Amino acid sequence: MSAPPPTGKGHPAVTPARIVAGLCLFAPFVGILWVDSYARIEPRLIGVPFFYWYQMLWVLVSAALTMVAYRIVRREQAGARRAPAEPEATGSGEAR
Amino acid sequence: MNGGVNGVALAVFVFFFLLVTVMGFRAARWRKAADEHSLDEWGLGGRSFGTWITWFLLGGDLYTAYTFVAVPAAIYAAGASGFFAVPYTILVYPLIFTFLPRLWSVSHRHGYVTTSDFVRGRFGSKGLSLAVAVTGILATMPYIALQLVGIQAVLDVMGVGGSESTHWFVKDLPLLIAFGVLAAYTYSSGLRAPALIAFVKDALIYLVIAVAIIYIPIKLGGFDDIFAKAGDALSQKNPATGKPRGELASGNQAQWAYGTLAIGSALALFMYPHSITATLSGKDRNVIRRNTTILPLYSLMLGFLALLGFMALAAGITVDNGQLAIPQLFEDMFPDWFTGVAFAAIGIGALVPAAIMSIAAANLFTRNIYKDFLKPHATPAQETKVSKLVSLLVKVGALVFVLGMDKTVAINFQLLGGIWILQTFPALVGGLFTRWFHRWALLAGWAVGMVYGTVAAYGVAGPAQKHFGGSNAEIPGIGETGYIGVTAFVLNVAVTVVLTLVLRALKAPDGVDETRPEDYTADAVPAGPGSGDHDSARDGNGARNEDGTRDGDADGAEVAATTAN
Repeated sequence: MSAPPPTGKGHPAVTPARIVAGLCLFAPFVGILWVDSYARIEPRLIGVPFFYWYQMLWVLVSAALTMVAYRIVRREQAGARRAPAEPEATGSGEAR
Repeated sequence: MNGGVNGVALAVFVFFFLLVTVMGFRAARWRKAADEHSLDEWGLGGRSFGTWITWFLLGGDLYTAYTFVAVPAAIYAAGASGFFAVPYTILVYPLIFTFLPRLWSVSHRHGYVTTSDFVRGRFGSKGLSLAVAVTGILATMPYIALQLVGIQAVLDVMGVGGSESTHWFVKDLPLLIAFGVLAAYTYSSGLRAPALIAFVKDALIYLVIAVAIIYIPIKLGGFDDIFAKAGDALSQKNPATGKPRGELASGNQAQWAYGTLAIGSALALFMYPHSITATLSGKDRNVIRRNTTILPLYSLMLGFLALLGFMALAAGITVDNGQLAIPQLFEDMFPDWFTGVAFAAIGIGALVPAAIMSIAAANLFTRNIYKDFLKPHATPAQETKVSKLVSLLVKVGALVFVLGMDKTVAINFQLLGGIWILQTFPALVGGLFTRWFHRWALLAGWAVGMVYGTVAAYGVAGPAQKHFGGSNAEIPGIGETGYIGVTAFVLNVAVTVVLTLVLRALKAPDGVDETRPEDYTADAVPAGPGSGDHDSARDGNGARNEDGTRDGDADGAEVAATTAN
């Protein structure tokens, strides 16, 4: 129940890019919910026990992974928009 | 606490408080829209906010007295277990990345303002919609209560009101004044007030965190010393129970609790009406996803703030009420004037979310209870009026929680709200992806989750009270201690799935689904030429101001200008 279905959205078939995006989003759940993997004091980083700096590191890792997923999804959307088969796809909502 | 009023700190605090009050009232004129009496306008800021403002608003949801007072206090009280707030905020973003854009799109297409609107439209069930609305309002109250507790902690340490005074009126007067000001500007300016004040709040908070995280460790002799001393303090045995106070890394028996608290809180956060409000006020679909990539900055700050709990331990702060630990640490460490700045950051950091939360709960009441059940033909002006009044009532409800619950473990306020709000997850997120769940099954699952969660939480005794003393209990069948909200959620899902199978087999009547698959991926209609035909696809209740013309980059510039000051 912990994670959303990584690729369970939209009607287009599951594409490799979507699987990668899904894995990027899923990875933090595995890393973080496996508490036993980081529940220790050593090694310390500038005096901070492993338990804390490791989780803080995951903030950055998770942000980077989400960024990758975002890039992938955006590229997919741009591709879908150019495809003539999909008249519903509109506009340039992400024109920036 | 130290006896006497800290005059300098109080003066600085009052200065900032007055500043945001003026801003709050002036906010009504900021980015003013055509139709100011519509609920879209008061409650969603006209749905015009770009990435940056949405970021500040969403940050306002996460960055509350919860992070500044409750989480460090939890660490101060018990060590590692309080740090679950960091994994919680890590998991939130990948999670919302998957479903919030869909909610934004379908809400934009159909003019939904609340989660209840969506649930009613998706499942054609007023009962389910009512359940979601009632849960949202109920769960928001303890969360607002947490904010009030945060403000009270600051006032207490400054020596105004609080526990020292014996007379109940003097004791609570400063809190009531803060509360009154909050209520007044929320009432007059709607969502624009907290959105504008959020800039000041965040600037103050970043300043205070940056200073605290550098200055205090230097004063305390570095992180080595801090953790050594904090470890000593945590290993002291509690004379009553004979167990150590806490630990530096989550022990074996605490890991289930740690994990379930993190995942449960993460699943719950974006079920709250106020998170959804901030989401829907964004002006296009990608505002949400772009935000999930920049919001983790807040999580990092949350982590640093959490470490303040260890610093309070290392500094030898002893307070009866754990919530006072961080304010007391600031007062002991900082010069008086900066203590005032820090306290202002905490105080305003509690006021902004409290305002957003009460607005969201009020929207929920108006849209899904008042309009659906009491007065179906209310005009937009009437709706807005009812919303404003209810935003006051919700705050009064929060006061009841403040007065009725043990304030020394404030994080429980938020966790109790989480237990309840989590039960709306299957209907909302399930509904965003599939129409398979049956509306009656969802309602039954919700009821089971609510009853189990409430009864289990009622049964937890705390140090200061017999009931609602904590949010963890044994998970039936596993035998480990975990967050009640997650257990209730699993029960909820199980009931929903089983009953859906049964109801589908019995061919029970299904509700009408007014949404279409393409609604879930639709984007905002750009203002450019050749796109006008899409406007007719939206049935925005006539209340929406149809301007897609506000430029997102202007938002960014505006924010930059505001924060630079």
